[in-house]
Amino acid sequence: MKFTLKVWRQKNAKAKGRFETYRIDGISPDTSFLEMLDILNNNLIREGKEPIAFDHDCREGICGICSLYINGRPHGPDDEITTCQLHCRKFKDGDVITVEPWRSAAFPVVKDLVVDRNAFDKILQAGGFISTTGIAPDANLIQIPKADAEEAMDASACIGCGACVAACKNGSAMLFVAARVSALAKLPQGRPEAARRAKAMVAKMDELGFGACSNTGACEAECPKGVSIAHIARLNREFLLAKIQD
Amino acid sequence: MSETKLQAKIPEGPLSEKWTRYKSTVKVVSPANKRKLDIIVVGTGLAGASAAATLGELGYNVKVFCISDSPRRAHSISAQGGINAAKNYRNDNDSVYRLFYDTIKGGDYRAREANVYRLTEVSNMIIDKCVAQGVPFARDYAGWLDNRSFGGAQVSRTFYARGQTGQQLLLGAYASMNAQIAAGTVKSYNRREMLDVVLIDGKAKGIIVRNLETGKIERYGAHAVVIATGGYGNAYFLSTNAMNCNASAIIQCYRKGAWFANPCYVQIHPTCIPVHGEQQSKLTLMSESLRNDGRIWVPKKLEDVEKLRKKQIKASQIPEEDRDYYLERRYPAFGNLVPRDVASRAAKERCDAGFGVNETGLAVYLDFADAIKRLGIDVVRERYGNLFQMYEKIVDVNPYEEPMMIFPAIHYTMGGTWVDYELQTTIPGLYAIGEANFSDHGGNRLGASALMQGLADGYYVLPYTIGAYLSHEIQTPKTDTNHPAFQEAEDAVKDNIKKILAIKGSQPVDILHKKLYHILWEYVGMARNEEGLKKALGMIEDLKKEFWSDVLVPGTNEEFNQELEKALRFVDYLETAKLMALDALNRRESCGGHFREESQTPEGETLRDDANFMYVAAWEYMGEDQDPVLHKEPLVYEEVKLETRNYKD
Repeated sequence: MKFTLKVWRQKNAKAKGRFETYRIDGISPDTSFLEMLDILNNNLIREGKEPIAFDHDCREGICGICSLYINGRPHGPDDEITTCQLHCRKFKDGDVITVEPWRSAAFPVVKDLVVDRNAFDKILQAGGFISTTGIAPDANLIQIPKADAEEAMDASACIGCGACVAACKNGSAMLFVAARVSALAKLPQGRPEAARRAKAMVAKMDELGFGACSNTGACEAECPKGVSIAHIARLNREFLLAKIQD
Repeated sequence: MSETKLQAKIPEGPLSEKWTRYKSTVKVVSPANKRKLDIIVVGTGLAGASAAATLGELGYNVKVFCISDSPRRAHSISAQGGINAAKNYRNDNDSVYRLFYDTIKGGDYRAREANVYRLTEVSNMIIDKCVAQGVPFARDYAGWLDNRSFGGAQVSRTFYARGQTGQQLLLGAYASMNAQIAAGTVKSYNRREMLDVVLIDGKAKGIIVRNLETGKIERYGAHAVVIATGGYGNAYFLSTNAMNCNASAIIQCYRKGAWFANPCYVQIHPTCIPVHGEQQSKLTLMSESLRNDGRIWVPKKLEDVEKLRKKQIKASQIPEEDRDYYLERRYPAFGNLVPRDVASRAAKERCDAGFGVNETGLAVYLDFADAIKRLGIDVVRERYGNLFQMYEKIVDVNPYEEPMMIFPAIHYTMGGTWVDYELQTTIPGLYAIGEANFSDHGGNRLGASALMQGLADGYYVLPYTIGAYLSHEIQTPKTDTNHPAFQEAEDAVKDNIKKILAIKGSQPVDILHKKLYHILWEYVGMARNEEGLKKALGMIEDLKKEFWSDVLVPGTNEEFNQELEKALRFVDYLETAKLMALDALNRRESCGGHFREESQTPEGETLRDDANFMYVAAWEYMGEDQDPVLHKEPLVYEEVKLETRNYKD
């Protein structure tokens, strides 16, 4: 297969970016999108040009580091996958493909397609945990209804990639925050700190420059793990409850 | 050569009392002194994150380093199937002893008894801890924790969170670490890659790192350094490891005097998605848990194989009587749940005999048709849904309708930095935990035991044993990074980078790395022999020359430069490759994942040579152009009787 790629190039955070056009040929439909970029990069290196910087690691859809905005969609034209799981068979031979980094004030560009998502770590450090002591009681001490454990697992499937932020017209991180708050709030172990957690994480999110949620559902539609916006409703309940208790 | 360095420091007394005795006699550091002591942890997978969190909770000052944009990206996140523990919640007669015995046997009697026993002793506390952290393990309808079975075991002792157990455990450890970052005991440094360990008066005192965003070379000092950077499987280029996993930290330690143990013990996982072609960059694992319900087979008739390869028929059209469920046929007692090395070799045997499917002939089937009939599609979806989805996205075939195609791939390395019972390397003050060390899995690791070991080391072993060293360092002031040793290490790192950038040859690193893949997979892969290994050593030497004369790395050091990162790692893979081949050549026996063709039973099973190879092979670095020196740590089995591994009856 052959493609024309329009790729965002930006030297560093301060530099001005621009689109560059590249052509590539001889790609197998079974080749993944990132493998195609590998091949393009090796071609560029041989031509004495600078390869395109992009974040990638596990290449099986779980580490959450890959982050491309492809033809106007986070993680490209397929549902419930990350960019690393996207394969060239999803495109037509001869397609023009536009590749951009996540666009969000809270995720500054590091270089080309690489962005800084440190803001997510900071939100989790504000309260996205259950405090434990060294030794815990027996794991089967309390039953947890299966439905609750499953719901916590659904929320906990979030890989922290930031597609929700990139998809949102306001650049809101509500789905990311809600997924963590909800995962822990659903479990009895998470209840004692639930109020403090919801308030602290929301405050940190606001402080770091993420936008407000206006319930368009774009985040859910583009989430590679299918995390539901029902968790945002739970976050709002937890947050209100916490505020009332104040 | 002095053997005094290889003191494993295994405590006296009966096996089941060693750890208890050790804990009651080891020195502890008072809270007031812990505050004065700095510890560097490199790596934030299960081992590194759990260690950093726990050491922080204890009150030490911890600096933790990771190469990604966030600690949560560490490759532990990709572990799918589960984590073992000897809880015996199923009442199926599991016990600490049985998990210990299965692990020793699964490792083909090449692991240290005392380490393995300790690992299985602390396994139960890990599950308790994870539940307290909010890890959403699978539960039954009454709300109790559920289990499933893994290879090499006849009980159900594996705890799991769908097919994302590693992710959930890592999010737990990372959350605990975040709590400590918030509390101020842990400081996290992201996008930093360790490029050397710094020794002062023979003790590990700090590290040199490259800031991957700016290229700045930075120095960090501490009272002790902990390496938790995982295994060296990526030396092979194609493996199930993430792209950024690398062997550099453990090789840097090796060059500075930390001996490297059992490099030839590499795990080849039987159930991975087959290679699609030359453009492939990595391989994807399909969890071992699938072997709970999936049945592995190839056609019995060569004519069916032909038709399948030509896509004239589909696998599901082959009648039951024409299928060879070769694992069930060869190993009736364990069936599809034999250990990984056994399953991988059996797949290779069928493919070598011409029965492999796929266009390449390098694949076998993993079939869920029976499970779907027996359990219903909903139960299968609930158990394995995310794995089936992942398979379909990659291969474009629906595994609910057609069997999966799988083939073995490099997955895990049992070998690693040599450590004693305290997880200390041959360099005082330098520790290695998790996959980075060698100690607990012998010649083959059982499924669901990597997560167990990583968390055991980080939560419950290292935090105790590091006190034995640090209790003598309470008077030692903070490490001064202006010390000449730091300057020397930094200069060496900068020189190396300059040298690589100046080559300006014609081959990008990926091209050279693929050449290394072909050498290693062919000669240091699933089957090894003397001739091939010698050939490989020569080829690795040649490739090294090719790299230093013809590599093409664009750009400069003072920027985000992923090609430079790859080049620096590749230099260390060449060293790893040499170690693997040398060790495999030296070990003229077959055991676990190490299969020497010269040493097999008439049925093609591994044939150990206990009289001559009952030892840990620890290699000492002697300089760039010299062969390393071999040291032997004898393995003494006090508890378990040595037997031939048997999974037939």
